[in-house]
Amino acid sequence: MTFRKYLVLAGVTVFGAAGDSMLSQGMKQAGNISLHHLSSVILAVLNPGVAVGIVLLLGFVVLNMNALSWADLTYVLPATSLGYVLIALIARFVLHEQVSLLRWLGIALISGGVGFVAGGPVLTSHLPDENFATPEEPELTGITPGRES
Amino acid sequence: MKHIYIWGGILIIALASVVGDVLLARAMKQVGDVHALWHRAGLRTVVARVLSNPNLFLGIAAMAVAFFSLLFTLSWGDVSLVAPAAASLTFIGNAFAAKIFLHEKVDQRRWIAAVLVAAGVALLAG
Repeated sequence: MTFRKYLVLAGVTVFGAAGDSMLSQGMKQAGNISLHHLSSVILAVLNPGVAVGIVLLLGFVVLNMNALSWADLTYVLPATSLGYVLIALIARFVLHEQVSLLRWLGIALISGGVGFVAGGPVLTSHLPDENFATPEEPELTGITPGRES
Repeated sequence: MKHIYIWGGILIIALASVVGDVLLARAMKQVGDVHALWHRAGLRTVVARVLSNPNLFLGIAAMAVAFFSLLFTLSWGDVSLVAPAAASLTFIGNAFAAKIFLHEKVDQRRWIAAVLVAAGVALLAG
């Protein structure tokens, strides 16, 4: 793992968390969406919070695609789930919201999950495709080969 | 009746998210490491190779389905139920799908990570 790759994973985490937060904020202002009034979806997208959320989530998608080009899906997803922890920490220390004991337990579980994959290999899949480029640095170490559950 | 709508919505979000994630991951694995490719052949080649991959657009279509299902479901149910439930199911679904369709070695370490993260995300709703 190079420093740049850690930065990409951090970017996926931050953009995803910030995008979700803005989207949630915007949807609260935009109000309910009904199946009978599909035009309300368009109106919701025009809400500034929803619009900024969508732009941030586009950044998330680009960085996520970057990460998926050199790491497994089952590595990227848990590794970037620290975004949930980030949202909870922002809620507690910036927005001064009450964070319950259950949420702290949730934060601990997610952090534990991230710790579990972080110590393992980054890439284990090899698709039989002629375009498949060999990664710059093989990371297939640290785990007994062929041990699948 | 409302519960059926909400849980149906959650299942559709999770299913569409898993399909989208797997297709996107497949597309990017076919493109190859973009850092190495960019270094070797330039940004234009990276963009051309990414945009010429059909799995990418199928994945984006699935993600669009997930996104609009989320918008609809959020208007029926609380965000504190819908978002964590869909995210948890997506984590578990992705671990199965990555093993079956992407041939990733989902070993004990990764199963534990997926379950811990899914449980943690569910608890954040508490």
